[in-house]
Amino acid sequence: MSDGAVKDAPDGEGEGGATNSRRYFLIQATSAVAAVGAVGAAWPFIKYWTPSAKAKAAGAAVKIDVSKLAPGEMLSPIVAWRGKPIFVVYRDQAVIDSLEVDTNGLADPDSANPDQQPEFAVNPWRSERPELGVYVGICTHLGCSPKYVESENFEETGQGGFFCPCHGSKFDLAGRVVEGVPAPYNLEVPPYQFESDTVIVIG
Amino acid sequence: MDKTEAQGPKSGLAGAMEWLDKRFPATETFEYHMSKYYAPKNFNFWYYFGFLAMFVLVNQLITGIWLTMNYVPSGDGAFASVEYIMRDVEYGWLMRYLHSTGASFFFVVIYLHMYRALRYGSYRGPRELLWLIGMAIFIALMAEGFFGYLLPWGNMSYWGAQVIVSLFGAIPYIGPDLMEWIRGDFLMSETTLNRFFALHVVALPLVLCVLIFVHLVALHHVGSNNPDGIEIKKNKDENGIPKDGIPFHPYYTVHDIHAMVVFLFIFCAVVFFAPEMGGYFLEKPNFEMADPLKTPDHIAPVWYYTPFYAMLRAATFPLFGLSAKFWGFVVMIGAIVIPMALPWLDRSPVKSMRYKGSISRIMLMIFVISFFILGYLGTQAPSKAGTIAAQVCTALYFAYFILMPWYTRVEKTQPEPERVTG
Ligand code: HEM
Ligand code: FES
Repeated sequence: MSDGAVKDAPDGEGEGGATNSRRYFLIQATSAVAAVGAVGAAWPFIKYWTPSAKAKAAGAAVKIDVSKLAPGEMLSPIVAWRGKPIFVVYRDQAVIDSLEVDTNGLADPDSANPDQQPEFAVNPWRSERPELGVYVGICTHLGCSPKYVESENFEETGQGGFFCPCHGSKFDLAGRVVEGVPAPYNLEVPPYQFESDTVIVIG
Repeated sequence: MDKTEAQGPKSGLAGAMEWLDKRFPATETFEYHMSKYYAPKNFNFWYYFGFLAMFVLVNQLITGIWLTMNYVPSGDGAFASVEYIMRDVEYGWLMRYLHSTGASFFFVVIYLHMYRALRYGSYRGPRELLWLIGMAIFIALMAEGFFGYLLPWGNMSYWGAQVIVSLFGAIPYIGPDLMEWIRGDFLMSETTLNRFFALHVVALPLVLCVLIFVHLVALHHVGSNNPDGIEIKKNKDENGIPKDGIPFHPYYTVHDIHAMVVFLFIFCAVVFFAPEMGGYFLEKPNFEMADPLKTPDHIAPVWYYTPFYAMLRAATFPLFGLSAKFWGFVVMIGAIVIPMALPWLDRSPVKSMRYKGSISRIMLMIFVISFFILGYLGTQAPSKAGTIAAQVCTALYFAYFILMPWYTRVEKTQPEPERVTG
């Protein structure tokens, strides 16, 4: 009797084929459901890595007093906003004038990239007031913090600026990136406003 | 007397083994992997490094566990806890130097191990999968080193990790979110330190151990290659044992212990007399605590990443409307993964450099020299001349791989011998 059953399977082509295709369908369907389940189960493990509520809440506004800052200087010690260094530079008249005209060799002299500054900073100084520049001191290449270069002339700008030691990116005193360096964008200008003549609120 | 003993249950060690073997394949496994695993009899210097890699791995695991007993993975505590280990914990300095020197030696050993495969064509069939598993180990090892480097929370740790994580920001569209996901914060912070700690001490060591296990299973299934690049399994005696094979145990176990002693001499000399290795094994700025507001004047990764770092920096111009930053990322990742294609790039009728033609040899030499020059350039501050040199060497590095299907086919090769040549 078992003999017959064994013989039947290969002979009865039609029926055997139907059984096989039904089995195949069931395996496929089960696998598909399992795959959806696996992706669903992975989600909490992936989401766990995103910033926590505490990290998100840490972005409070910061006040900076610039009353002691003299022309030609950068504010020191450097203040942090959301953990990032904030550069505040006081530019003298010569620099203010040259930023307007010396735009040769800059990658984005007109601040055309809207992600890098608020609307009010789309001007040659990339700031609310021409003499006071406020920038996020993080290189747009791979995130090092550039150095303030006071007097050393960058051949590209004829002025000082910011030099990133990591891979040699250069920015002028308005945070505009020089062409042909690894950094692709100008330094970011944070949202800020003047609370009084000498106090800036960042954030 | 003799007769009854032979028939009854054995006593002592033999009895214990018999008891064990009925319940667990102890003798069988030992024979399969050691005493009846036939390795080619012509292994040379280059065949020590697989064993040495396992030896260094054990060193890393043990010293790592001991360091974890006193290390504190917090933003305020990490740097201080490492100083505490160095100064106040009994033999803490030794554990730390063994671990940090071990990391550098791990890469020395692995680079030599990989070079051996290039030299003798060990990546060729039937060892393609073995090679791919090896590449997975290499990538896991690089990740392991990277996560570990953040833990001392020195200023170089901090900014080095910042640069590497920022690399992922270069990926179009998803880059910025991906960066935030890796860090778990809007900048490198304690959150990042905590997760890197978990990955360094638990996740990646597990991954490495599993990968090394399958690496060895694959190796023993296909059998080792040898300096002649011929298959010893093609020539078997009447018992099915390769004529050019010798049992791994005791021949190569003793051989490898020799190598371990020599290795330990060199390793200990560095641990005791030059653990910082002039700033190459432990970098100067890392003796200062992480300062999120101040990048060190000159940042460079530890020496074993510098060839790839130099290639990253060599991309200085935009191409096809994509930024230099993006291309830097592509070149660096490409340089790391391109060796995976080797089994399919090499079209030579022979495997070993002993029988390949002169173009293959010259290309391999150029490749090695470029790799060294890139490694040097990666430790130096960026300069115009340095960038040009890095660009040339990057091109040569890739040429070794990309031109391989061509030069391995056109060159004239020597005939392979029938049997290994000692
Ligand atoms: C933790 C890291 C590693 C360990 C512990 C390890 C261990 C070993 C051991 C014990 C052997 C046999 C002995 C020898 O041939 O030297 C071996 C062979 C081999 N390994 Fe690894 N390995 C590691 C990483 C790698 C990497 C990164 C690669 C390449 C990408 C690789 C590719 C190979 C190849 C191709 C062989 C066969 C070589 C031949 O037979 O000629 N391994 N490995
Ligand atoms: S991070 Fe500034 S140049 Fe690369």
